[in-house]
Amino acid sequence: MSISRRTFLQSSGAVAAAGVISSPAFAADEIKVASIHDLSGGLDIYGKPMVDALTLAVEEANAAGGLLGRQIKLISYDPQSNMQLYTQFAQQAALKDKVAVVHGGITSASREVIRPVLDRFKTLYFYNTQYEGGVCDRDQFDTGVTPAQTVEKLVPYAMKKWGKKVYVIAADYNYGQITSQWVKKYVLQNGGEVSSIDFFPLDVTNFGSTISKIQAAKPDFVWSALVGGAHISFYRQWAAAGMHASIPMASTTFAVGNEHIVLSPDECNGMLICYNYFQDLKNPVNQAFVASFHKRFGADYPNITELAMGTYQGFRLWAEGVKKAGSIDRMKVIEALETGISIDAPSGKVTIDPPTHHCILDVHIAEVKNKKLNVLEDFPQQRPTDTAAVCNLIKNPNDNQQYVIKI
Amino acid sequence: MDLFVLLAIQVLYAVASLALISVGLAIIFGMMRVINLAHGEFLMLGGYAAIVATSHGISIWISMLIVAPIVVGVIGIVVERTIIRFLYGRMIDTMLATWGLSLFLVGLTTAIFGNTTVGISAPLGSIEIGAYRTSAYTLFVIGISVVVLGTIFAGLRWTRLGLIARGTMQNANMAAALGVNPPRVYAITFGIGAALSGLAGAVLAPVSGVFPTIGVAYIAKAFITVIGGGAAILSGTVSAAVLFGTINQIATFVTTPVFGEVALLGAAVILIRVLPQGITGRFFRRSL
Repeated sequence: MSISRRTFLQSSGAVAAAGVISSPAFAADEIKVASIHDLSGGLDIYGKPMVDALTLAVEEANAAGGLLGRQIKLISYDPQSNMQLYTQFAQQAALKDKVAVVHGGITSASREVIRPVLDRFKTLYFYNTQYEGGVCDRDQFDTGVTPAQTVEKLVPYAMKKWGKKVYVIAADYNYGQITSQWVKKYVLQNGGEVSSIDFFPLDVTNFGSTISKIQAAKPDFVWSALVGGAHISFYRQWAAAGMHASIPMASTTFAVGNEHIVLSPDECNGMLICYNYFQDLKNPVNQAFVASFHKRFGADYPNITELAMGTYQGFRLWAEGVKKAGSIDRMKVIEALETGISIDAPSGKVTIDPPTHHCILDVHIAEVKNKKLNVLEDFPQQRPTDTAAVCNLIKNPNDNQQYVIKI
Repeated sequence: MDLFVLLAIQVLYAVASLALISVGLAIIFGMMRVINLAHGEFLMLGGYAAIVATSHGISIWISMLIVAPIVVGVIGIVVERTIIRFLYGRMIDTMLATWGLSLFLVGLTTAIFGNTTVGISAPLGSIEIGAYRTSAYTLFVIGISVVVLGTIFAGLRWTRLGLIARGTMQNANMAAALGVNPPRVYAITFGIGAALSGLAGAVLAPVSGVFPTIGVAYIAKAFITVIGGGAAILSGTVSAAVLFGTINQIATFVTTPVFGEVALLGAAVILIRVLPQGITGRFFRRSL
């Protein structure tokens, strides 16, 4: 059988036309969800586990029949640790993809870049990272822990264990600046003193003179809010100077990027941290979650991080909101979430706190021990009292700013 | 007093590490007027070479001091033969080409090693200075950079290769007329510059860790040091490293690390404004 060029063109044209006509029909059935997390560049130590957790959450939801009978399509953007790309991708997600929700942002800087964009284009936004607290915006939900939930617990614990004089080192952008003020507030509240707060740009790798300065100040312990790959060298240099044995350390960021696996046990054993989630939490929901996570991404997956769990829980909360609203319409979902929806998550019960759009959840203090994180003490159902002190979106639904702590 | 000694060690360390990360760039720039934007990636490759070799059971000292310079030196020669040699005398084009190379190397190492920070613990432990402690490795880095700079000085000053290199640098055509083969000199010099970068990257790897984009943290400071130093390779690099390292560390100690960085950059801006040809454009003019 011979096919002339004309018949070939006719038939292939028909196929192409059919494809063009049918594809929007399929697409309309899918609910689009955007992910904007750094998968390359200096921050990808945080971003990769977050996207893995989000992927798993979407796949689980789809396997269970989707949402409102529709499948969910995850559109993943990689802003490459570059703030300009955050703006661009947030616009693209809102205007071109017209997604139902954006899950994204890792550093507080990136959150403040995309928050106004998504506000302007009326796209629902979930920020799932533990952060410095204070964001008050009805369009946004913050599912990560904030200082009133973690720092408030860890400061007295560490002071009781080690002493009252604290030296704070922090990354030099809004997260470190604000978090270090919270640390100072709680240290003062517990009758201690802060000998100094030092900030470091994210690309600093030589901490020599700071280590000398800390020795001269002779604190009882050091509090670290350092961020990113370059800052890991602080812990190395600290241990190399022999300080690890003499001055202990607590942190609000350590282990979030799996630093405890990258560093050797001699360099970080004994450090105290406080988060919502640890992979070894003993509850049936978590054990099932870890099993399915390992089945999906391999049993050798180094560690399911705090941020990964935040992202997983953020998606689940949003999905509950959609189910309750019976719609993906932004306002209907916000109102549904504002009824105080809760889920039984691997970290325990997680409930949306309606006035602040933050979460009520469990936190745990843990100690770094031989590349593992051993939970020492549990604090069930902590409220975001820091943000709640300044933000009430039920009374002031049009409030839209980040409140900053003043001492 | 103890604190003063400790601070002095930190200043020396900052100077030594600045000189170490800059000297490879200074040689390549001073010799061939090639602005090597992939310099930071040469440092990064040196770090990876040392870490990979160490994790394969080779002694950390051999990995750092021998394996890393050889690996990066060979890479440097390959780069010179395949890319740079077509672009001599075209400064903008070499910048573009080496920038592309830098992106390529970052991408390649990310694909191979992933984008997580890897590292090795610094050997040697710590030493006590009165009531204070510091890493003994800090002193090793200071020592190594003295040895490296001394070797370069001796090589340029007293060996035949050094004489030929200096001659080619001053006037390549005249050197060629006297029977020197400039392309060969260039290839060797580029290789040596790359090898020194590899060595520096490897020596600093236990201090700062290594990840594919760590070059960015080094390259700006290396360029500032080389430009601030001016035409003379050695005395320029050393004098600029002394100036910037001291300012940076003292400012960091007295105020904060942020201001330390600002002070370094501020000093560089003022220096270039006052001495557009760099330090050796005015002082130590006839030195190496």
